[in-house]
Amino acid sequence: MAFLSVRDLVVAYGAIQAVRGVTFDVEQGQIVSLIGSNGAGKTTTLRTLSGLLRPVSGTIEFDGTPIQKMPAHEILSRGMAHSPEGRRLFARMSVEENLRLGAYTRKDEAGIAQDMQRVYDLFPVLGERRTNKAGLFSGGEQQMLAIGRALMSRPKLLMLDEPSMGLSPIMTQRIFDTVRELRDEGTTVLLVEQNALAALALSDKAYVIDLGRTTLSGTGAELLADPRVQEAYLGENVGT
Amino acid sequence: MHAVEETPRLSTFLSQIANGLVLGSLIALIALGYTMVYGIITLINFAHGEIFMVGAYGGLATLTYILPTAIATTWYFALPIALVAGALVAMLIAVAMERFAYRPLRNAPRLAPLITALGVSVALQEAMRVFYPGATAALPFPNLFVEGAVVIPIGDGVVIRYVGILLVVMSLVLAFGLERFIERTRLGRAMRATSQDRDVARLMGIDPDRVIVLTFAIGGALAGVAGVLYGSYLNNINIDMGFQNGIFAFTAAVLGGIGNIRGAVVGGLMIGLVKALAGQYMPGGTAYDYVWIFVVLIAVLVFRPQGFFGESERVRA
Ligand SMILES: Nc1ncnc2c1ncn2[C@@H]1O[C@H](COP(=O)(O)OP(=O)(O)O)[C@@H](O)[C@H]1O
Ligand SMILES: [Mg+2]
Repeated sequence: MAFLSVRDLVVAYGAIQAVRGVTFDVEQGQIVSLIGSNGAGKTTTLRTLSGLLRPVSGTIEFDGTPIQKMPAHEILSRGMAHSPEGRRLFARMSVEENLRLGAYTRKDEAGIAQDMQRVYDLFPVLGERRTNKAGLFSGGEQQMLAIGRALMSRPKLLMLDEPSMGLSPIMTQRIFDTVRELRDEGTTVLLVEQNALAALALSDKAYVIDLGRTTLSGTGAELLADPRVQEAYLGENVGT
Repeated sequence: MHAVEETPRLSTFLSQIANGLVLGSLIALIALGYTMVYGIITLINFAHGEIFMVGAYGGLATLTYILPTAIATTWYFALPIALVAGALVAMLIAVAMERFAYRPLRNAPRLAPLITALGVSVALQEAMRVFYPGATAALPFPNLFVEGAVVIPIGDGVVIRYVGILLVVMSLVLAFGLERFIERTRLGRAMRATSQDRDVARLMGIDPDRVIVLTFAIGGALAGVAGVLYGSYLNNINIDMGFQNGIFAFTAAVLGGIGNIRGAVVGGLMIGLVKALAGQYMPGGTAYDYVWIFVVLIAVLVFRPQGFFGESERVRA
């Protein structure tokens, strides 16, 4: 059984089914991407994985345990962290407070301080402005903080929803380099992206979600070479 | 000769300022509960005034039916015991209210919990009227602090009772402590996070249900303390005390900027002062003093709809 294993997931908002059959696996130590156009159901899938939404049917197994009925705070404690779409920082709180909230479930003060330093090493700009309010930061800096905040729970699996949204190509590259670094240090990453080209180039494995269903899968390189993927998802992104 | 005419006027004015500060800090203590609950779940808990009322009766019941007379009449035993008892009873009612009346409506349209709050308010008043012995009329409440007063020798003398000073000091200390708690502690940070973005708070591992219960518990305990202090200062309590003072406290929370702790305190003090001064100096006297509270409220809201300390919009990243 894979590290994270999602089977036939169906999720609805009232009468509207946003996810109609999503199945995929994430192996430990890999970067796995979910790509697909706007409205395909990627965010809904992640929100269900982290316990913010309850699936209508289907199973989610993480590290050997079914988690589809667990409350969000328990899922976090089991080692899944979710950096949500649009970053959603606590805008009126400082960098430091945002990071402390990321470590909310932890009690080991020394370990928290150490991990905070690690985030500052990863993103020095956050360390320089640790007492500034998060709401005043640029998009790229906010994304760094959103990732840093998710790292503060020492997750085994890090889920990132559209980290490149609204960022310049240079900043996108910077963020993706960091994701690769984290993977190389042992963190498993589930990445959701509309920027399919950049995501596939980075991924060990990827799945295409179309109209709420997983339709294609393969290694990043395989999907990059797949004509169906090229036509549907890479056209407008080439060159970015 | 001039001074002889002026000093009685000055002493009246200063007396009313003192009265206003006492009443105002009481209202502030109640307003903290309104503003905290609103900050977390954007609900105006119209039954919060009744929590204050029930706290006063809880304190009185403890003094009357539980404590031996020797203890109930010794202020340094009676005061802390009655305060803790009032706070506990009020806290219990507040937590039960959240659990059974508001939590089931968490995802219902905004109007549903609001109407429920009005229902809970009436239900609590009537339940107390029916079940508390003698509560159909006002009940005497002992002064739980040392008798006597500070007299400032100006004109006819400005008399400030010790129990009034206690009330002001306790309210301000509790409000200050609450602000520190919210700003400095891990749980306080969880409260702010839940207030700013509940879903993301869940992603941080915060259980919003626990934060919401904590919010009702703290707001309830402060209202219970306010209830006992109110009885101790005015020396009688009645079933309607929650409704009246609840409206003043709600107004104070709005005036200060709902959701804001400091705003609730400033709003409360301001309302106390307006009520005391208007009762003294405005036409109609104390019979119409509350009218001026709402005049001030409207005037402030015209120029600053978000209140003194409120933010014009909720900033989100
Ligand atoms: N809160 C919501 N209520 C109702 N429908 C929603 C909600 N959020 C998303 N949807 C719908 O669900 C579908 C999938 O959305 P989403 O998961 O956000 O897609 P993606 O992240 O792939 O762009 C879309 O049709 C969207 O309109
Ligand atoms: Mg999305």
